[in-house]
Amino acid sequence: MQLFFEQLLNGLAIGSIYALITLGLALVYGILRILHVAHAAVYTVGAYVGLAIYSHTSTLLLAIPGSMVVCALIGVAIERLVYFPLLKYPPYVPLISSIALFLSLEELCRIIAGPELLTFPAALPFPSFSAGGVRVSGTLVAVYVVTALVLAILWFITSKTEFGLAMRAASQDMDVASSLGVDSRRVVDAMFAIGSAIASIAGILVAIYYNQVYSTMGTMPAYKTLALIVVGGMGSVPGAVVASILLGLGETLLIGFANIPMPRDALAFIAMIIVLMWKPAGLLGRG
Amino acid sequence: MDYFATVATLIVIQAIAACGLNVIVGYAGQISLGHAAFFGIGAYASAMLTTKAGLTFWQALPAALLITMLLGFLLGLPSLRVREDFLAITTIGINFIVEAVFIYTPFFGGALGIGGIPRVVVMGGRLGNNQFLALCLVFLVLSLALCRQFARAWAGLACFAVREDETAASSMGISPVRAKLSAFVLGTGMAGLAGTLYAHYARFISAGDFGFPVSISIMSMVVLGGMGTLFGPLLGAMIIGILPEIFRPLIDYRMFIYSVLLLLMIRFQPGGLLGDSSLVVGLLKSLKKLVKPKNIANPREIGGDGDV
Repeated sequence: MQLFFEQLLNGLAIGSIYALITLGLALVYGILRILHVAHAAVYTVGAYVGLAIYSHTSTLLLAIPGSMVVCALIGVAIERLVYFPLLKYPPYVPLISSIALFLSLEELCRIIAGPELLTFPAALPFPSFSAGGVRVSGTLVAVYVVTALVLAILWFITSKTEFGLAMRAASQDMDVASSLGVDSRRVVDAMFAIGSAIASIAGILVAIYYNQVYSTMGTMPAYKTLALIVVGGMGSVPGAVVASILLGLGETLLIGFANIPMPRDALAFIAMIIVLMWKPAGLLGRG
Repeated sequence: MDYFATVATLIVIQAIAACGLNVIVGYAGQISLGHAAFFGIGAYASAMLTTKAGLTFWQALPAALLITMLLGFLLGLPSLRVREDFLAITTIGINFIVEAVFIYTPFFGGALGIGGIPRVVVMGGRLGNNQFLALCLVFLVLSLALCRQFARAWAGLACFAVREDETAASSMGISPVRAKLSAFVLGTGMAGLAGTLYAHYARFISAGDFGFPVSISIMSMVVLGGMGTLFGPLLGAMIIGILPEIFRPLIDYRMFIYSVLLLLMIRFQPGGLLGDSSLVVGLLKSLKKLVKPKNIANPREIGGDGDV
């Protein structure tokens, strides 16, 4: 039973990290209808930049904001230079460009930082505790707290501020929103900046959680998160979060516990195909 | 000559697979990012039939093609329910699942793969490298001819119509389901053919040979050459096959150069090198005009679509 609870807590942490990555993807899909595969490369870059700043200053208080700023800039650059000019083409064109961008950023990380596995020896300043024989490490607590905080801030921005209103309007119909005085370009820029900054937080969290940074750490998230936004309902941010946490739990419990001889990475896609057959709009999708 | 034959054979095999993908993506407009799965299914089917069931290459080939096409049909069915983006993700999923099945099923040799696949025997003699290259070339020519015929047949025209506008096509009495499935079956069949040839070329296969990166590289060939053109996939396969040989000294930067090339290509020339709005084709046409100013009537490339 104790093992079960520990697995549950681990699954929840992995699900939370998936949620942080998938968020950005869902935001981008919601507004531009582009499958932003390169988002996972931004996450990798986030981990590397965070590590670079941390190893020079040895404080996370500089590493995390620094990495968020760099990633936000990269995100906006990707949108301005690659995606926006390609919006007039059929959807496969931006998709393929995104995959190419993902691969080149990943390779760039490998060329600059070297092919070897780097460690991220930072301790997150959160207390660990144990309840009923189940130990919850400080890192786990940090993952939960950070995820909850990010979700709360994002919820506040989207539903309580004027900017959030503009964001929701633009994601329903960009042209109509523009004609009503919403600066759609700025909204899209901000969306990419926010999503990429969150991805960099996820990258640093993962790097500390597993104590490793490597250039291909984004490969699995890149495609798995695609399945997650389908399961959650294309462009639905709450749906993406629910799907991510369910997948994190499902992966750890089904594979780590029930010992099903299936690779954990295929589970997301199997879930996706089942959901597509049963409820094509996704768990929380509209229409 | 052995080096040349080895490189050339692989290019020809990949060109066959790329032609198959072009039928699905270029002709029918159905984005598929899981083509390597069918390449792998063909290779595994042929490898199993020749090593475990003791068939010869020529007996295994039709069986492997049938198996691949049947699976292409079955896996194409769910794809009919979903639109562009969903289809892309579904096909990525199919690729990951098929690869996982190969790795995790002991029946398929598990992580070790299948070795000892026999060479192709023609009239009692085993084919050497050069003869095998010739055999692959014959299959490539057959595939190109098949694509050309398909593009001119009713089924191909129906595919073009569905690609341009599904609703309009179905209002004209064209069944989009039939058109998409025919493209899927033909395209996966060609991937199966390429896979079969690959199994007898490499003579050892494992699941990693048919992972998602392979799908990306086949897709890059089609994009680079020009989607929906007849010779585009062949050109793309040649470029992507020859580049690593030229860049041998830069082996560490190879993937980077590839992906940046693909990115620049799709960003600035989404129609590919042989597509209609392409710089290369434009240059060739203006050269032709300079040489022969009167002969402007230039039959357009089949399916070469202006606005892709």
